[in-house]
Amino acid sequence: MNELKPSDFERAPSRQALHRISRPSLSYWQDAWLRLRRNRQAIFSLGIVMALVFFTLAGPWLWRQDPSTQLLEEASLGPTLGRKAVVVEELDSWSPEFADARATAWDRVQDLRVIGEPTTEGITLQWGPVEGAEGYAIYRTDRKPRGLNRLGLPLAEVKKPGQLSFRDRMNVEPRSYTYTVLPIFKGLEAEVYGRVKVAPRIALKLAAAQRLKAGARVGDTIVLPAHPFGTDSLGRDLLSRIIAGARISLSIGLLAPLLYMLLGVLIGGFAGYSGGRIDLAIVRGIDLVVALPFLLFMILFRIAFGVGPGESGVHAMVVAMVALSWPSSARLVRGQVMQLREAEYVQAARLLGARTGYLLLRHLIPNTMGVILVYLTFAIPSTIFTEAFLSFIGMGVVPPTPSWGSLCNDGIQSFLSHPHEFIFPAIFISVTVLAFNLLGDGLRDALDPKQRGSS
Amino acid sequence: MIRYLLKQVTSGLITVYFIATATFFAMHAVPGDPLMGGKATTPEIRANLQRKYGLDRPVLEQYTTFLSNMARGDFGISFTQHNRSVNDIIREHFPISAVLGLLAIAVAATGGVMLGSITAIFRNRLPDRAIMVLVIFGVSVPSFVVAALMQLGITELNRLTGLSILPVGGWGEAGHLVLPALALGLSTLAFLTRLMRSSMLEVTGADYIRTARAKGVSPTGIFFGHQLRNAVLPVITVLGPAIAAITTGGFVVEQVFAIPGLGRYFVQAVHQLDYTVIMGLTVFYGAYLVFMVILVDIAYGLIDPRIRVGKAGGSR
Repeated sequence: MNELKPSDFERAPSRQALHRISRPSLSYWQDAWLRLRRNRQAIFSLGIVMALVFFTLAGPWLWRQDPSTQLLEEASLGPTLGRKAVVVEELDSWSPEFADARATAWDRVQDLRVIGEPTTEGITLQWGPVEGAEGYAIYRTDRKPRGLNRLGLPLAEVKKPGQLSFRDRMNVEPRSYTYTVLPIFKGLEAEVYGRVKVAPRIALKLAAAQRLKAGARVGDTIVLPAHPFGTDSLGRDLLSRIIAGARISLSIGLLAPLLYMLLGVLIGGFAGYSGGRIDLAIVRGIDLVVALPFLLFMILFRIAFGVGPGESGVHAMVVAMVALSWPSSARLVRGQVMQLREAEYVQAARLLGARTGYLLLRHLIPNTMGVILVYLTFAIPSTIFTEAFLSFIGMGVVPPTPSWGSLCNDGIQSFLSHPHEFIFPAIFISVTVLAFNLLGDGLRDALDPKQRGSS
Repeated sequence: MIRYLLKQVTSGLITVYFIATATFFAMHAVPGDPLMGGKATTPEIRANLQRKYGLDRPVLEQYTTFLSNMARGDFGISFTQHNRSVNDIIREHFPISAVLGLLAIAVAATGGVMLGSITAIFRNRLPDRAIMVLVIFGVSVPSFVVAALMQLGITELNRLTGLSILPVGGWGEAGHLVLPALALGLSTLAFLTRLMRSSMLEVTGADYIRTARAKGVSPTGIFFGHQLRNAVLPVITVLGPAIAAITTGGFVVEQVFAIPGLGRYFVQAVHQLDYTVIMGLTVFYGAYLVFMVILVDIAYGLIDPRIRVGKAGGSR
């Protein structure tokens, strides 16, 4: 067609310049990180996860209350910060005062007042005598009484002649009370009452106070330890218990999935790579174990390991989880490896004489890493869930060892009266599970864009 | 179809056999023996008890006896409850758990399909966002927390209104079912909603939907005739595992609401180390779950005509 000239056979100018790579090359992981960083939800969850890890590791140094110190005086407190208490005598020695027979009597309860310091150990009331009264009735309420309505709790009737004082020692709490004292004439309470409002201080008995602060004396004011999450039914600080529980819950939640993923990767990779009969045998085994009802066998294994009721078998729990969970991760890895085994670059490597071990370690496992990582991120919350579930029914970590599940178990007993004992550990479980789940979603989108949006 | 059924049932029986074997040997690996808990006070009593429960036989003989008794549906006698057979316990308490579990599944499945469809229709708008918040809550809050919060909420409501709107525990009336079924079904509901949403979104982009629209089928017709029918299939496949999750979830919910179901009984038996009851109930639950999964598989084959159930061996 064209006539060829000698110039056509000259060397063409180099086009190298056109092929210059103008952007930095990104590895798979760098690319994934860029994608993950753009996902606000995932980054937020990553922050929460890191905060939780920090909370668990640094918590005992930052919050120096002992999780097992009991202070029964402070049982089941709601969240409090920096309350002060007054130190009182170990034994409350109080005896009623009797009026002088010659004292002038009034026609109504007058001069009702509080004697001494009103504390949660007791509030002493004293009043003036009423003409012809055979006794007095004392009522207490923590609401506002209206006339003779809503007087509240009938505390006592004092009927000893001349007794004009009373000490209320009945479950006094640090809130304000209104006392009403009515005189009794011929068995009937008269409407000529006296009333006083009291806000008692928190009292701490001497022995307990000296445990908190050496050298405390009666009458001292000492600052009680702060309990941002309140205390449990034995007066132990809930925050420090949650920190201690986090160590157990999170270490089970991280350790068990890591172990069974490792086992799953090894066995699944081996099965997928070998194929044939070995593969078939392993798959049969996997199918059988996957068909076992998981929680039932967790419980059964616990018994089989000789962990009796009332004992915390943390190790037994991890072993049982690994034994029951590796098959599903092995199945996942096997599928991945089988797909990759036929990939061109693997065949090329094999053609160049790569050995099995090299192929597995250099090509197959690194390329399944993304899927494994996503699976692991979802395995962590489900393990935390399992731990909490088992501990809650008393078959995992049991009190007194704190874990989030066993704290919930502890807290549910008095849930309706002191909800905080249950709710704080429950919040920690939920937030942790939520953070790992959202992080897993983000990782899946970042590492495996093909699967985006599925499930 | 018959061959498929036979194959499924056989593999189910093999699984149940495996479960029974694993249970038997797990229980025999327990250090000590079931009579250690202070019952066998003298050697004579111990020998008598061992004879009564067949513990004096060799392990293999015990194993075969155990298997043949299981095959005949006899789970033995309780260790801690005087002369009460495990079959009696199952007969008495399983119906309660089953009613609760089926109700929870019904709540989860219908709710999941409905909410999932709504989220897909209103994608990225307010209803979708609101429901997805509920879904996230349901996925990350354990069922015992949901149960306890419901109890607290209803107790407060009852106190404020002075009425008893719903009972917060116990068993016997229809009202007793409402809260436990909701608490038990919520996490599965959340999971199914998520699944339904993504499968619905996938279906919406399919060619046959465009064709139907081009033909002039009304939006409602498309929704019920094409979208819903196709999108619901993945939901049905996970119903088997969902039933398993709900059944074991019942352990906790029955505790919280004080329902005399089999799950609560199982937990109690484990606490008392009642060996025959633990073994019997594990095998019973295992068999129940395996056959529920098979049932769901068969239903799936009936619903989806694309699946030639006779051929599809690994249709999971």
